Amino acid sequence: MTVANTKTTRPVLIFWIVAGWVGYCLLPWYMVDDGLWSFKWLVDGYPFDDDYAPAAFLIGQGVKLWLAPILIPLAMPLLVIGRPKSDPLYARILIISGALGFSWLIAQGFSIGIRGFNYDWLKLLFGEPRIRQFGMGYGAMISASAFLFLLTQGIAARGAINGDVFVVSAIGGVITIVTAFVFYPIANMLFSAFITEDGAYSISVFAAKFFDDRLWGLGCLAGARCGAAWNSLFLAIFVGVITTALGLCFALVVTRSGFRYKRTIRALTVLPVITPPFVIGLALILLFGLSGSVTVFFADLFGIQPTRWLYGMPGILIAQTLAFTPIAFLVLIGVVEGVSPSMEEAAQTLRANRWQTFRTVSLPLMRPGLANAFLLGFIESMADFGNPLVLGGNFDVLSTEIFFAIVGAQYDQGRAAVLAMVLLFFTLSAFYAQRAWLGKKSYTTVTGKGDAGVHPLMPVGLSLPVMIIALTWALFTAVVYAMIVYGSVVELWGVNNTLTFKHYVTAFSLRIEEEGIRWTGAAWDSFWTTLSIAAIAAPLTAAVGLVTAYLLTRQSFAGKNAFEFGTMLSFAIPGTVIGVSYILAFNVPPIEITGTGVILVVSFIFRNMPVGVRAGIASMSQLDKSLDESSLTLGANSWQTFRRVILPLLRPAILAALVYSFVRAMTAISAVIFLVSAKYDMATSYIIGRVENNDYGLAIAYSTTLIFVMLSAVGLLQLIVGRVQIGRRSQLSVKDAS
Amino acid sequence: MKRLTLMAAGSMVALGASLGAAQADKLTLYCSAQEDWCQLMARSFEDATGIDVDMTRKSSGETFAQIRAESSNPKGDVWWGGTGDPHLQAAEEGLTMVYVSPMRNELHEWAISQAESAGNRTIGIYSGALGYGYNTELLAANNLPEPACWKDLLKPEYKGHVQMANPNSSGTAYTTLASMVQIFGEDDGFDFMKGLHANINQYTKSGSAPIKAAARGENTIGIVFMHDAVKQAVSGFPIKVVAPCEGTGYEIGSMSIIDGARNEDEAKMFYDWALSAEAQNLALQVNAFQVPSNKGAETSESAPDMSTIKLIDYDFKLYGSSDERKRLLQKWDEEVSVLPQ
Repeated sequence: MTVANTKTTRPVLIFWIVAGWVGYCLLPWYMVDDGLWSFKWLVDGYPFDDDYAPAAFLIGQGVKLWLAPILIPLAMPLLVIGRPKSDPLYARILIISGALGFSWLIAQGFSIGIRGFNYDWLKLLFGEPRIRQFGMGYGAMISASAFLFLLTQGIAARGAINGDVFVVSAIGGVITIVTAFVFYPIANMLFSAFITEDGAYSISVFAAKFFDDRLWGLGCLAGARCGAAWNSLFLAIFVGVITTALGLCFALVVTRSGFRYKRTIRALTVLPVITPPFVIGLALILLFGLSGSVTVFFADLFGIQPTRWLYGMPGILIAQTLAFTPIAFLVLIGVVEGVSPSMEEAAQTLRANRWQTFRTVSLPLMRPGLANAFLLGFIESMADFGNPLVLGGNFDVLSTEIFFAIVGAQYDQGRAAVLAMVLLFFTLSAFYAQRAWLGKKSYTTVTGKGDAGVHPLMPVGLSLPVMIIALTWALFTAVVYAMIVYGSVVELWGVNNTLTFKHYVTAFSLRIEEEGIRWTGAAWDSFWTTLSIAAIAAPLTAAVGLVTAYLLTRQSFAGKNAFEFGTMLSFAIPGTVIGVSYILAFNVPPIEITGTGVILVVSFIFRNMPVGVRAGIASMSQLDKSLDESSLTLGANSWQTFRRVILPLLRPAILAALVYSFVRAMTAISAVIFLVSAKYDMATSYIIGRVENNDYGLAIAYSTTLIFVMLSAVGLLQLIVGRVQIGRRSQLSVKDAS
Repeated sequence: MKRLTLMAAGSMVALGASLGAAQADKLTLYCSAQEDWCQLMARSFEDATGIDVDMTRKSSGETFAQIRAESSNPKGDVWWGGTGDPHLQAAEEGLTMVYVSPMRNELHEWAISQAESAGNRTIGIYSGALGYGYNTELLAANNLPEPACWKDLLKPEYKGHVQMANPNSSGTAYTTLASMVQIFGEDDGFDFMKGLHANINQYTKSGSAPIKAAARGENTIGIVFMHDAVKQAVSGFPIKVVAPCEGTGYEIGSMSIIDGARNEDEAKMFYDWALSAEAQNLALQVNAFQVPSNKGAETSESAPDMSTIKLIDYDFKLYGSSDERKRLLQKWDEEVSVLPQ
């Protein structure tokens, strides 16, 4: 065991020592202005030009001398090479050098900004010398990572988590990035709830904004309007319950019924996920609005006055149900499939009828899935921004109120922060309620033992209503989508219904010239940006999410609850707040990434990571620990176990996380609207612009294109990751056999 | 998986290379006018000067928020378009820089007075008067009388038929609020807003949304700038534009250079170019019916004739200041928006 460990860890140690030196001596220390992927700096004065110089060259030229002390923790680990891991000095040196290097990097990064010292006491101490620095670049980032992982290797060497380097490093890595990209910007933002206009801190400012009638008013009980907090809460509960119920119906139809067109159902329910959210809103307006096709038809039929019933709670509820039912379905299908048929077979052997089996065995085993689905629906509804924006009418919800508090002429950051706190309180309460309900019962049904069987069909009394509900909703969804496609090929919906492709031509025309293809369409810029950013963000999101899920389900360590809280936090915070907090936190050194594509990628990773985590946790809690244990007993270390045993069993979760994060990155709007820049404009913010301009044709045409792009992406990913097989006989082969 | 990563890496390298190549001269433009106008301005400036333009379009409120958030490290160079108040506010907070353009002698008086009231940190590029428009078909279908004055909108039969933007999020709606306060006096102005509130079916986010909803038949009367209503009428929608009989306020669409701009020289070139008659004539190509600030620029026949509209003496300095703005908005929030409808 020890021998194996020394063999596998040494190259890792050497790698990070070398990485630290490379970051310090070879790579540009500061952010290169031309973008992360431009390598122009290589021929433009590197390594002596101040802007592109590595830290070592900067010090050699006598500038930025505060970077010099980093040499000490860089050199210290060299002493470790050749020492056995059991030597107490090994651990001590690594811990000291890692901690020292990392904290010095952070301290100098926050202390010295683009206008010299950031803190008054530093100015008092050292005066105000003419020093400044920009955001950290490749060099600083790589050195920082090197210090972090030297530190975690030191901690592992002292015996933490059985001396497991992979687990300690994974924990350290996740904590660091979550702190940097979730806690830090959010804390930064929430503090502003207490700041008065002249910059002092005050509780009374907070109280005044918190006990606001617009937030907590209960006027709707007496005919007026309710506060945004109540509106959001009622809406989210409705949406959570309805989407969970509908999602369960679909999951049951697909796994436990003799329904013929299951594949169609599967495809149909994934549709809304791959749709820019406000497109559903637009289609609903064009169908059910004051002059919508359906409204006008029925008004003529019955001679009634059309109303604006759609605008407000009913419209948002329909749109959100359309949008989030598939999420519940995605969560529930894995769980419903994962319930071991042998349990159900056992129940039936014991003479339970189908209904009893379903009620006492299948349904309770689906509880984690139901709770997760409700939680996702609840939080998604709370944070949803696109639908209330288009359909909200006068029904104020927290997420749009936050947006208006920030973009409004009032620009009340404090109010936005207070609203965000209320929102956070709701979503976190839901989170804890779910945990309390699930309790500590075991839901493990996929074990290392032989497990081959077939799910029993639903009891008839259940299957009929379930089929009717699922099929009606599926039909409704199909109609809405058909209308979207139709809307993209008519001149002007409702006014001039001539068929035309002019919207597609405006958006996606191209010219083939001598020097190649010229993308002349108005939408190409934002289209390519969106595609590349989503493609970069998706695998990173899945990776971070699954590693986190693995740590949460398979390892125990101090502070695990706080760790879980942190990883779920970004999901509970609405995108509008993330957007503004990112701008405030990352516009200044040490991490200076506003206006780049990086900030979009980062925001997507941390916005969507909880989905990867949830999907991973849901599937991993169904994998019995005996699988890991046998792998570990056979001499594999935890990294090998994770890669060879758990990952292959997690293919459905990986697929879900990849698809979901790719699609979310392409359809997100709430955070994006703050983070897009001239260079990196995203499809959704472009479309919102068109919608604002009454250019529904172009907006819908662009959205339709996005839908098809995402559909093919989903198909491609499914091919790459492979179809899910958990080693059970298929329904078909059983039928053949019998 | 590998293929995907390769593709992603490939496209990013290509992106990086193209950005690297376009190093020479560039300008980052924040644009708060309508999308096609923004595009046209950016491309035409590129053609005229060879300077690459990165343009982002956001509403004036959002742009203002962004410029403020980025103030310690500005990313944008020029902010073009959008109603004048946020420009004045930005000037007041020192977010934009002082620049006196050589083009000034070609401009209308109102454009220059806008600049002077902001210490030369902003300038007028177009103007438009406030009013409303209604969907003639819906009005007829609901047997409603044709409105002609502001006070007409308070009639109970219009209940659920009027739409305006939320003054917190829209410059247009704030201009409406400020105009009512100036036309009727503060107390009566707020009484008017309260009466209007009873008839409003929705407060929209964007200033021109009410007339667009009216054009699509989702709403009957929209309180907007007249040029926005004219645009819908010209596009073929059944919209009739009304210049209210009591007189009305107006906006001055403005332009500012962001303080600390990274490409200051290019920003000044754009500024001068955007004030030229040639650049302002571009508006006609995209159906922007505002009145241009350059005396030599052409105006459309469809544009509302400013000389026939009763304009009030709008106090931009007072009602553009953040304190007055905050006070009025807070009062509206507390006294108007919470009333039952």
